[in-house]
Amino acid sequence: MPNKKKPSSLSRRQFIKGVSTGVAGTIATTKLARALPIEKLEKAAPPEGHLPLELKVNGKPYQLYVEPQTTLVEVLRNELQLTGTKVSCNHGECGACTVLLDGKAVYSCHILALDAQGKSVTTIEGLLNGEELHPIQKAFIKKDGYQCGFCTPGQIMSTQALLLKNPNPTKEEILDGLSGNLCRCGAYPKIIESVEEAAKVK
Amino acid sequence: MNIIGKREPRVDALGKVTGAAKFADDYNMPHQLYAAVKYAEFPHAEIVSVDTAKAAALSGVQAVLTAKDVPGSNRFGLGGDIRILADDRTRYLGDVVAVVAAESRALAAQAIDLIEVTYKELPAVFHPEEALKEDAPKIHEQGNEIVHHKLRRGNVEQGFAEADFILEHRFTTQAIEHSYIEPEAALAYPDEQDGFVVIGSLQNFYTSHKAIAAALDLPLSKVQIIQSTMGGSFGGKDESATMLAARAALLAQKTGRPVKMLNSREDSIRQSYKRHPYILYYKWGCRYDGSITAMELKAIADGGAYVSMSPFVTWRSVVQATGPYHCPNVKTDLYAAFTNNNFTGAMRGFGSPQVNFAIESMMDELAEQVGKSPLAVRLLNGFETGSVTATGQRLNHEVSLKHALLEAASASYYGKKWAENRLTKNKSNPIRKGIGISCAYRGVSLGAEGVDAASAVVYIQPDGSVNVSSGIIDMGQGAQTAMSQIVAEVLGINLNRLRFLQPDSGRVADSGPTVASRGTIMGGGAAKIAAENVRAVMEKTLREMTEQEQADFLFENEEIFLKKGNGKGKRVAGFDEVVARCYAKGRPLFASGVRHIAETNWDEETGQGDAYFTYVYGANVAEVEVDTETGRVDVTKFYSVHDVGRAINRSMVEGQIYGGVAMGMGYGIMEEFIQEEGQAKTLNFDEYYIPTALDVPYMKAIILENPDAKGPFGAKSIGEPALEMAAPAIANAIFNATGKRILNLPANLEEVLLGKKLRRKTPRASVSCKIGPL
Ligand code: FES
Ligand code: FES
Repeated sequence: MPNKKKPSSLSRRQFIKGVSTGVAGTIATTKLARALPIEKLEKAAPPEGHLPLELKVNGKPYQLYVEPQTTLVEVLRNELQLTGTKVSCNHGECGACTVLLDGKAVYSCHILALDAQGKSVTTIEGLLNGEELHPIQKAFIKKDGYQCGFCTPGQIMSTQALLLKNPNPTKEEILDGLSGNLCRCGAYPKIIESVEEAAKVK
Repeated sequence: MNIIGKREPRVDALGKVTGAAKFADDYNMPHQLYAAVKYAEFPHAEIVSVDTAKAAALSGVQAVLTAKDVPGSNRFGLGGDIRILADDRTRYLGDVVAVVAAESRALAAQAIDLIEVTYKELPAVFHPEEALKEDAPKIHEQGNEIVHHKLRRGNVEQGFAEADFILEHRFTTQAIEHSYIEPEAALAYPDEQDGFVVIGSLQNFYTSHKAIAAALDLPLSKVQIIQSTMGGSFGGKDESATMLAARAALLAQKTGRPVKMLNSREDSIRQSYKRHPYILYYKWGCRYDGSITAMELKAIADGGAYVSMSPFVTWRSVVQATGPYHCPNVKTDLYAAFTNNNFTGAMRGFGSPQVNFAIESMMDELAEQVGKSPLAVRLLNGFETGSVTATGQRLNHEVSLKHALLEAASASYYGKKWAENRLTKNKSNPIRKGIGISCAYRGVSLGAEGVDAASAVVYIQPDGSVNVSSGIIDMGQGAQTAMSQIVAEVLGINLNRLRFLQPDSGRVADSGPTVASRGTIMGGGAAKIAAENVRAVMEKTLREMTEQEQADFLFENEEIFLKKGNGKGKRVAGFDEVVARCYAKGRPLFASGVRHIAETNWDEETGQGDAYFTYVYGANVAEVEVDTETGRVDVTKFYSVHDVGRAINRSMVEGQIYGGVAMGMGYGIMEEFIQEEGQAKTLNFDEYYIPTALDVPYMKAIILENPDAKGPFGAKSIGEPALEMAAPAIANAIFNATGKRILNLPANLEEVLLGKKLRRKTPRASVSCKIGPL
């Protein structure tokens, strides 16, 4: 029975089942060949004009061939189907595409995939610990730190980068740390509260 | 009440913080094609011929379409004039002449370059006042006047004759880009039975549905629209998103394959409609006591290339153009004109931010002229319960305007600061402080603009879990959560029993557009009726269970109690038990609800009538620091008071207020969509600035609740009111700080310093980047 459960006891279990069903879950196959596991990839000849790229994403190693002009976010969204990272300006201006590269926040639309060679990338999908939400994610839910949610993965990743570097930021430091992430819904006050909350519980 | 008014977390929270929420561009299918567009090369030109042969011959290109290839209706929109693909002419530079579907995005882009279009250039017009002149080039056959709304009340000549003095100003407001952070995207694909499915980011998917089906020449039943999670809209994902979705659908129909169409930010800004820029002429007859004897108002809106929502936007302006103030003699004329600029349409506020800027600036001027405080003149002239508006409508509900003004003033120490700032004006410090006040009233929902009805469905599953859906779209404002809370309240159950299903065109009846801050009052109203309908079935079963034919029941905390009669207050059963009984008796618990309000009327000739079925009231106070050497305005504090009728979810109401203030502040001091000769100069966020976390002031949201008989549990609106009076509060604060009256928005450096806008001839700025690539 679904009743009697506190609304705050948010588990990822029920909802995750719905995520990859139906049309929504099918993946774009046009370029999939390039995201094969390492063994298979070695046998396949690199497509013309492509270069090998090795990187770790959310702890998992990947080896693929990419064109030199491919950006990191293109690899994440199109090759690895990690669509939690969003693109809004594709121009290094809005922060929707923020991910961590070796623990630092970067605009993944504004960095070439090849520049992530050998590095470790963390995306919003990598914050979950099994079924358990990350404290920052819990804080954003508790403080209602979003409206439409499109900028949210970027806001959360910037928060993660900030708190890794500075676990007890002042309000000014929070504002500064998140000033590269636009939110047109204007959820800023509640985003800041969410960061403060996350810093408190961490 | 158990759930109404609480700070419940959003029902769609998990997906949004984990990245699992699926926005339109997150949907992909095997074998999907990618689409690209060929833009108009002149803002106004006749299309002589389009040669697509080379593009079509490129290997990997699956279809190239022009207007000739559209099987059904190529035109849609309120005026029936928006072209999915430009046919006879191009009318603005965002017009699309041809579309391509290819195996990759790069190939599609390559094919676009191979399309050759021959044009005959036509004279263009970019200024609405120019466009209304006799000899202006005609953009559409019917001429350039889109609409002329009038309002006539009393006798203005007589009113001016009775005045002690005349106050007169010309104001201008700028075009604004919605800047929803999610750009438009759609995935269209053929279904199993010669129909089509479109998954898209569509604000008003019922209108999109009609336009797309008409374009494909298919009945509505064969085209299914699925609403994806929306990354903001603010009024913006109506026709712009429909154009994109229709183009994707046409390509899917032509190729028989899934087609993805995604706007880059530059595409989005180039194609999409904007907030109407206005030119406003305000003339008031005033008395030395601060009262107003007459108002003569004229405004011209730039409608751009197509009709879009211009008639409705300007209609709201004409209704609200006098503000919430008494005036016996009013003459208002509101025009919208075609130009070869981007067309303009719905945007949060919808015709009120422009007039509010003028009205509230005038009110401040009036205070200055008669030597009273801006708060005092507002209290003197403002509406009260029973007041009659300029349209002749008597306000019979609780008119909380003065309450809101006083709350805003006391929370901010307005009176004291206003007086202090005036005294310190001549000090040597270039940084001057100012405080400004504004207020407004707003007609709720569509009003006499159109049919006002919305639908919702509630389905209690056999295990007691509940699905809710409605034709009102959640664009991020939290409509799903608000409607879920309403249903949970009616059924006396916990919110976690509920799951909101995204609406699609086959699931819920046409609910009209999610605009005009009508989500809660209309969608919530429909959800309440649907829940009551399903509860009525449960009550029938309960009467049988208790063997009391007249019994009434209380649904609370997942249980049902007797409300009156024998054994009043006694527990009858648990919610699940009653659900099980209903199903055992062959009574499935499924119901729909329709909320329809038709208590408005309007006389187009005189502008008289009951324009809206109810109104909301609010007041804002802004505090600023102005650097008088550079013209830079820093908004430091903001107080925003709104009577929302009833807050269904406090946290979300605050969220709406904060977001509205941020957007209103952008409108007031930073944002401007700039076009030169029809060419957009602000195509991405490096040139079009929207407020960041560092720009927004400290904000205080104050919620007043005077439940309204028309709303579910008394709830009215907040989305647009939150934005519509922010800019004039800031402009008035600048006046308080500097003594300079802002007549043109935005109040950016040159406006504050020079009182005029400098022409910009800048090329695209280079990329500035806060978080660098290492
Ligand atoms: S999408 Fe990367 S910064 Fe905007
Ligand atoms: S929550 Fe919508 S853009 Fe930030």
